[in-house]
Amino acid sequence: MIARRLLPIALTAILAAGALRAELAGDAEAGAVLYGQCKGCHEIGKGAEDRIGPHLNGLFGRRAASHEGFAYSASMQRAGVDGLIWGFDTLDAYIENPRALVSKTRMSFRGIKDAQDRADLMAYLRSFSADPANIPEAAPTARGTDHSVDPAILAIQGDPEYGEYLSSECVSCHQADGSSDGIPSITRWPQEDFVVAMHAYKNKLRPHPVMQMMAGRLSNEEIAALAAYFKDLD
Amino acid sequence: MTLNRRKFIAVGAATAASLSAPAVLADGHGKPRVVVIGGGSGGATAARYIAKDSQGAIDVTLVEPSRTYFTCYFSNLYIAGFTDLEDISHTYGTLAAKYGINVVHDWAVDVDRDAKTVSLAGGSVLPYDKLILSPGIDFVEGAVPGWSVAAQNKMPHAYKAGSQSELLKAQVMAMPEGGRFAMVAPPNPFRCPPGPYERISMVAHVLKQTNPTAKILLVDPKESFSKQALFEEGWERHYSGMIERVGPDFGATNVRVDPAAMTVDIDGSVEKVDVCNVIPAQKAGRIADMAGVTDGNWAPVNAADMSSKADPDVHVLGDSAQQGDMPKSGFAANSQAKVCAMAVRGALTGSKVFPAKFTNTCWSLIAADDGVKVGATYEATAEKIAKVDGFISQTGEDAATRKATYEESVGWYAGITADMFN
Repeated sequence: MIARRLLPIALTAILAAGALRAELAGDAEAGAVLYGQCKGCHEIGKGAEDRIGPHLNGLFGRRAASHEGFAYSASMQRAGVDGLIWGFDTLDAYIENPRALVSKTRMSFRGIKDAQDRADLMAYLRSFSADPANIPEAAPTARGTDHSVDPAILAIQGDPEYGEYLSSECVSCHQADGSSDGIPSITRWPQEDFVVAMHAYKNKLRPHPVMQMMAGRLSNEEIAALAAYFKDLD
Repeated sequence: MTLNRRKFIAVGAATAASLSAPAVLADGHGKPRVVVIGGGSGGATAARYIAKDSQGAIDVTLVEPSRTYFTCYFSNLYIAGFTDLEDISHTYGTLAAKYGINVVHDWAVDVDRDAKTVSLAGGSVLPYDKLILSPGIDFVEGAVPGWSVAAQNKMPHAYKAGSQSELLKAQVMAMPEGGRFAMVAPPNPFRCPPGPYERISMVAHVLKQTNPTAKILLVDPKESFSKQALFEEGWERHYSGMIERVGPDFGATNVRVDPAAMTVDIDGSVEKVDVCNVIPAQKAGRIADMAGVTDGNWAPVNAADMSSKADPDVHVLGDSAQQGDMPKSGFAANSQAKVCAMAVRGALTGSKVFPAKFTNTCWSLIAADDGVKVGATYEATAEKIAKVDGFISQTGEDAATRKATYEESVGWYAGITADMFN
């Protein structure tokens, strides 16, 4: 746990030199330019207010969907209740592909594929979080874990027959007819969304202890098989 | 000791044979026949999956004495008023109508493993190629001296849901002001490890509203119990000063009751109480014993397919099975049933058999919107069902997390009961 032991020193460095933190995690000036994609919906800075999306001041360390007065999607509220906290890793994943982290987020944004661009954007966002000490998991040297799903994994053709057998574990909680009463429906999802979401659980980016446990023991082929089975389930 | 050496050797040989090829039905009758005894989380799931997935290739008979089944899970919530009895009741019509399962409402009273037949109390005899036993629990006679089934009206167990749940709820509601509720908790292993403690929570919830000066006495022969830190934190937060737990260090392993006098004798100290919920020590449902597949109180099984260690053509599911690391829970029985159903179909029709996977999650409610959970995944090893990975709710979680956990449990209830009965 070298990284963890270094953290207090690193935080001290952040507190001492405001400019340094941005350089280490990304370039805030480049991020300011990239933020142009966001500002149609999100205000940031002094006097920022909620618009189509919530304002983004003080975002780091905040629980998802916890900003008072903004009407979040049910999906984002669920993520918040499940323990999604905005830090480097989670925000990196969300900005890369919003729906991979929060399935039915209302943020209609295709995502930023380039990791350096995301780091730059986060450096910019982070400069509007009041107290860097409140940034969890955000040591200046931190980098998001690799949450992008390898195209080779996305290309796996799942065996629906195997998926049907595996699905018997899912339907102890998720109803096979697609009803959702307290537990979300998992039928008829686009296969890619299903695979990306399951890998986000497997890699512990999406919070939820049951789903992290269930996805954690599934192989890439098994996830593909489940996606293939649930895709067509009526 | 029901498993003797002679039987054990015979089983070994038979198991080896059954692994080599799908069964060829020697006596030339038509479709292969599966008889399932017990229509709860294990039996109803197994019957439904075998019938559904074999699409008519296997005759499935489900033997269950009750026409209406009440789940034990959520019956504590009924006692607290969070759910109605109708909400935890289920019937078998869909299993018959949609899947063609022959649902027989009768008691299985004997199993002849040589002739491969099951005798019913009504006089019928059912032949089988594969028998699945999922009879739940029975109580160990004399486990709590002074208590017997004859006394269960005075001192309900309410550990098989239905009329007993109604009785216990009525007794709690009728307690005198400032009265005392006692529970005699069971020793390990028993059905639903967090169940007695969820019940304590739910009774406390009712009493806090209707009878706030009432007290709860928990007499527990165990040193520790499931989700203990979570329950104790919740009891302190919601029901401070109401619940007293007497453990083995204060004599809780030496308990007798007197139903006529409504007293509990804890190692010589006699306590007068107003309601006494006795949950005795447990064993496999009696038909497992009659079938000769038990060893002591439970029925040992092979983890890969839930087959009895005494007979490869008999499978035992759920509470009755001695399988290894899984708790005795409805979720576990449902999970084991799917592994068993796949193995039975494979043996009888040659369908594909995938490796066994097991899961369990147990949700408990401590107070309104204060839910907690514990869960794990398991795999089959040569020795047992072995735990792979797990999680548990944390103490100090915020209210939103606990509320979401409770709502999730409601969703799970809808899911698992649909997986059994719809």
